[in-house]
Amino acid sequence: MEGFKSLIVILLSSVLVNNYVLSRFLGICPFLGVSKKINQAVGMGVSVTLVMLLATVVTWPIQHLVLDNFGLGYLQTIVFILVIASLVQILEIILKKFSPALHQGLGVYLPLITTNCAVLGVAINNITDGYNFVESLVSSLGCGLGFLLAMVLFSGLRSKIDESEVPANFRGVAITLIAASFISLAFMGLAGIVDNLFA
Amino acid sequence: MKKNNCLSVMLNGILKENPVLVLILGTCPTLATTTNVFGAFGMGIATLMVLICSNILISLLRKVIPDNVRIPCYIVIIAGFVTVVQMVVHAFLPELYDMLGVYLALIVVNCIILGRAEMFASKNTVVKSALDGLGMGIGFTLALCAIATVREVLGAASFGGNAIAFLSDYKIEFLVKAPGGMVVYGLMIALVGALTHGKSPKKKEFSCAGCPSAGICHANTCAEGKEEV
Repeated sequence: MEGFKSLIVILLSSVLVNNYVLSRFLGICPFLGVSKKINQAVGMGVSVTLVMLLATVVTWPIQHLVLDNFGLGYLQTIVFILVIASLVQILEIILKKFSPALHQGLGVYLPLITTNCAVLGVAINNITDGYNFVESLVSSLGCGLGFLLAMVLFSGLRSKIDESEVPANFRGVAITLIAASFISLAFMGLAGIVDNLFA
Repeated sequence: MKKNNCLSVMLNGILKENPVLVLILGTCPTLATTTNVFGAFGMGIATLMVLICSNILISLLRKVIPDNVRIPCYIVIIAGFVTVVQMVVHAFLPELYDMLGVYLALIVVNCIILGRAEMFASKNTVVKSALDGLGMGIGFTLALCAIATVREVLGAASFGGNAIAFLSDYKIEFLVKAPGGMVVYGLMIALVGALTHGKSPKKKEFSCAGCPSAGICHANTCAEGKEEV
């Protein structure tokens, strides 16, 4: 039961409190770039979640069974980025071959995720935080869902910006960033929620 | 970019095509490491070193690397230099190493570096690529320091960790928190847009050209996908 509680805490804190996009600033590029329409945002969010989970399934054993065993910890960055990049490419090829429908929905976002800092960030953070395999999986799931949530909320906000009159110099990226900060501000209000969950 | 002398290649990165404020690349480290001027400067210099080294090596190898597998090759080269920088910082500046944390390793996925490799180093001579790396790196560092100065002085009433006494009662703590970073960055972009009015290629929207993964992404897939969705 204790173990289960700690998993819930990890999940909720990575979705709400330590949201990767809004409080840790990882994966900002797709967050700003692919959030114009809500269905794009969902597609991107689901793909990121999937890749984060897969990346953790692969990188956690590599770190603990290979790198740590042979004293190669310093190769972490190189190994992880290569593993993730090839993983994404392989996933895209498999989807294309076996499930064209799914490829249509998710596959188009996969090349964009290859060098997404959120995915590499989750893989590295799971190691530095000392999570075991199950905790790592839960934390990746949480980060992915948090990303999805932020994307969907933000795409809703952006559709409102398109309808409003923005001063010339703020048009485009500037107003998008300022709008993003409002969402981030809202998420700050959730900071205490996890600490008192089981108190 | 027709008749480029070396100086203009370098100045290009600092002013006209500033990676952070005009091209809007490398947003993640820009927002994450600018709560403190010291951290921002360290991040800028670390990125500068990786950028110069990877630009030089990629430019040297540009005729050797097969076109089909160029992106994985670039990633390996960049990751190698990032590891070197990580080790150097860990050994000589442990304080900075702790401050930057995971973001130091994440230089490897910084869009600026892969972007310059793909757009510049793979097509230009070694000297020009090195200068381009230097210019872009300086531009990145300056922009980071500018944003960090605003955030730290107004938000934490200090500069590079040294407290500024007369401001300590007027801290706007919001600025050193996550949303404050986005606001300051947004305002900076608007300011640069207003100052350079029409002179710099102002980036209105996020497009494939500015996308960090434009190199890996088969640009068509992406564009087609966006239309279909």
